[in-house]
Amino acid sequence: MIVEVGHYALALALALSLVQAVMPAWAARSGDAALREVAGPAALGTFACILFAFCALTYAHVASDFSVQNVVENSHTAKPLIYKISGVWGNHEGSMLLWVLILALFGAWVAGAKASVPPVLRTNVLMVQASITFVFVLFIITTSNPFARVAPAPLEGNDLNPLLQDAGLAIHPPLLYLGYVGFSISFAFAVAALIEGRIDAVWARAVRPWTLIAWSFLTLGIAMGSYWAYYELGWGGWWFWDPVENASLMPWIAGTALLHSTVVMEKRDALKVWTVLLAILTFSLSLVGTFIVRSGLLTSVHSFASDPSRGVFILGILALFIGGSLSLFAWRAPTLRQGGLFAPISREGALVLNNLFLVAACATVFVGTLYPLLLEMLTAEKISVGPPFFNWTFVPLALPLLVIVPFGQALAWKRGDIAAAAQRLLAAFALALVVGVVAAALTWGGPVMAPVGLGFGAYLIIGSALEIWSRARGYGQSRTRDLGTTWRRAVGLPRSAWGTALAHAGVGVVVLGIAGQGWATEGLATLKPGGQVAAGPYVATLDRVGPRKGENYEETTAFLTLRTKEGDAVGTVETGKRFYPSRRMTVTESGLKTVGVSQIYASLGEVMPDGSIGLRLYHKPLVLLIWIGALIMAAGGGLSLTDRRMRVGAPVKARAKLPPAAVPAE
Amino acid sequence: MTRKSRRLILIASCGAVLALALGLILSAMSGSIVFFRSPAEVAAQGVPPGTRFRLGGLVKDGSVKRGPDQNVEFSVTDTNATVPVQYRGLLPDLFREGQGIVAEGRLDAGGVFRADTVLAKHDENYMPREVADALKAQGRWQEGGGKETPKEAVKPASADATLGQRSER
Repeated sequence: MIVEVGHYALALALALSLVQAVMPAWAARSGDAALREVAGPAALGTFACILFAFCALTYAHVASDFSVQNVVENSHTAKPLIYKISGVWGNHEGSMLLWVLILALFGAWVAGAKASVPPVLRTNVLMVQASITFVFVLFIITTSNPFARVAPAPLEGNDLNPLLQDAGLAIHPPLLYLGYVGFSISFAFAVAALIEGRIDAVWARAVRPWTLIAWSFLTLGIAMGSYWAYYELGWGGWWFWDPVENASLMPWIAGTALLHSTVVMEKRDALKVWTVLLAILTFSLSLVGTFIVRSGLLTSVHSFASDPSRGVFILGILALFIGGSLSLFAWRAPTLRQGGLFAPISREGALVLNNLFLVAACATVFVGTLYPLLLEMLTAEKISVGPPFFNWTFVPLALPLLVIVPFGQALAWKRGDIAAAAQRLLAAFALALVVGVVAAALTWGGPVMAPVGLGFGAYLIIGSALEIWSRARGYGQSRTRDLGTTWRRAVGLPRSAWGTALAHAGVGVVVLGIAGQGWATEGLATLKPGGQVAAGPYVATLDRVGPRKGENYEETTAFLTLRTKEGDAVGTVETGKRFYPSRRMTVTESGLKTVGVSQIYASLGEVMPDGSIGLRLYHKPLVLLIWIGALIMAAGGGLSLTDRRMRVGAPVKARAKLPPAAVPAE
Repeated sequence: MTRKSRRLILIASCGAVLALALGLILSAMSGSIVFFRSPAEVAAQGVPPGTRFRLGGLVKDGSVKRGPDQNVEFSVTDTNATVPVQYRGLLPDLFREGQGIVAEGRLDAGGVFRADTVLAKHDENYMPREVADALKAQGRWQEGGGKETPKEAVKPASADATLGQRSER
């Protein structure tokens, strides 16, 4: 019964979103203000309906209601509760339901943010948002109904793909979708601005927090997915340039660019048309990502439960929203009042460079991801574009960006002084050089790029710290040498200044982690109990191989003891092969031992009849910094959001003219 | 600085970065792209030794020989032609005889494919898309127990195929 009500609620959401999309347009023609106000309650209603539908499906999964097709295909009574819940979005239908749930959540959120978004803009945003919701709910109801029944109901389900039975994967999709789908608000703002034909600093200030929320969640989601792939897929890499990974990376890069261009727009009333275009492109890339993952066109780690027939529907949605919004852009953009030009050497000049490099980097990822597909369609020639392509295209475009980051922060708005900025960053250059040289000296004969990478990371972190430091010290007449005053000023800096510095330092931390992988080592051996395999400074000894039983799997586990080359004990690590009888599938479970921010990674190979095993051991120096850095970046985004000026729903205050001696507002 | 020269600088820097990106993409296209070949294509066209490519097909029944120190030899076939493969490393969980796989590596002078990566999919019925297409092209393999007509669109072999495991040297 609950399942049918859930299905009904979804249909109701379809109708409500249609009301929400159509009524404001009608109101705009008839001038009926009351009719326009329908959008807000409709957004809340849509969200409530979809939430109910989602809860109904969750109930079916938790209660193991095997009369529901979706539950049969993805659940099992013996499955632990957490995976019964995460199994709701561990499949196509459920994950699309989560997608629209988050879409509706953002819609309801905008409807509630009455103070921070001007009424006409808000109504238009809700209208655009509702049209996206309508089309995607229609997609679910017509092609991917999660509530379909099956008769007769089987006694047991097929279980969830064991690879997806993992705590990391339980939270990865919701985080990722909060990011992906969150950009729909930026998109809706852009389209609303085009409809209204008006775009100004108020618009930029209104859209910024939403972009920042989406960006922060997307950062977390990508990091979570990367960590999951690292330990669950058992081959020890943290990024594979897999099409699905690229699908989430592209909106992230474009979103990063958008985040920076809205700052320019808010402060300097420039880059307006570009910002609108970027907002459209960012969400378009999110849609392309959804298409790539959900259409099954690309073979990939993530292409579970994909169906090409659905691809056609999503392709239609793509054409509608990307084509539609770009046409609207082409038609309306010339009517938007252009912003002014500005000096190349200035904060805004640096941000334009940031945008240029980010967009170029995004374009290389786009080409590398979609070119093989296009080529196969046109010529039937199959190619694979792997890490060498991206290392050769993406990395050279990302490196200049890393150099610019601290510079951009050190330059003033309007007219910057590059020599003064370089002088302020002198300490960062010097310390980074020391880090690089020391690292190179300690690991002489090792990889060249790794010490260089460490230097880059150090430069970014120190550059961010210097930014806070020099702003706290002050400029000109207000410059202070007193540490107490400096501290008080640092505490008094806007949260967004701290957030920016933190996020940029996070990038530096990620770079450190990536650089560390230059020194990664591995060992491979066939072992009998007592046998040893070495990787880097560590040696693993196989103690024994034995069976172990989990709730819904049986595991053959290799128990290993780790020591340093000198013989000091480090700890134990266990890696196993898990056999899931429900799916008759075997999955390797890697074993991890964390030492500081480095990890030792063991992966079990074949277990031979004579009791010997294949074992691969990796030493991954600094690897945890990659994900810690991403967490720091997201924390920086979160910190910025708590800034008085950024709070969703905070009163909009006209910015007072700052006295010339004061620190320039971020 | 005049408005004109500001605009010029903006346009020039846009042009420079985009030209850089384009140049990088083009040079990467010519250098770091890996083609997919079936054993029949290898036999017919003769891939020169040392050229990196992806070899896809079925692991031939009875061909897997495990050597010491995690060395393994097997043959990849599309039933028309067979290519011997050498690999050192852990094989994916679903690697077995009769299973579809994709291996990446190079041919040596003796015509043996030296793989540094072996991919298999995490599904009993799985066949890598490239392999399925290559076999279908020869009419050797049909999807869904022979219900398929030749005109049917190319699609992944299994609705539930997850690229589960990859082993790399």
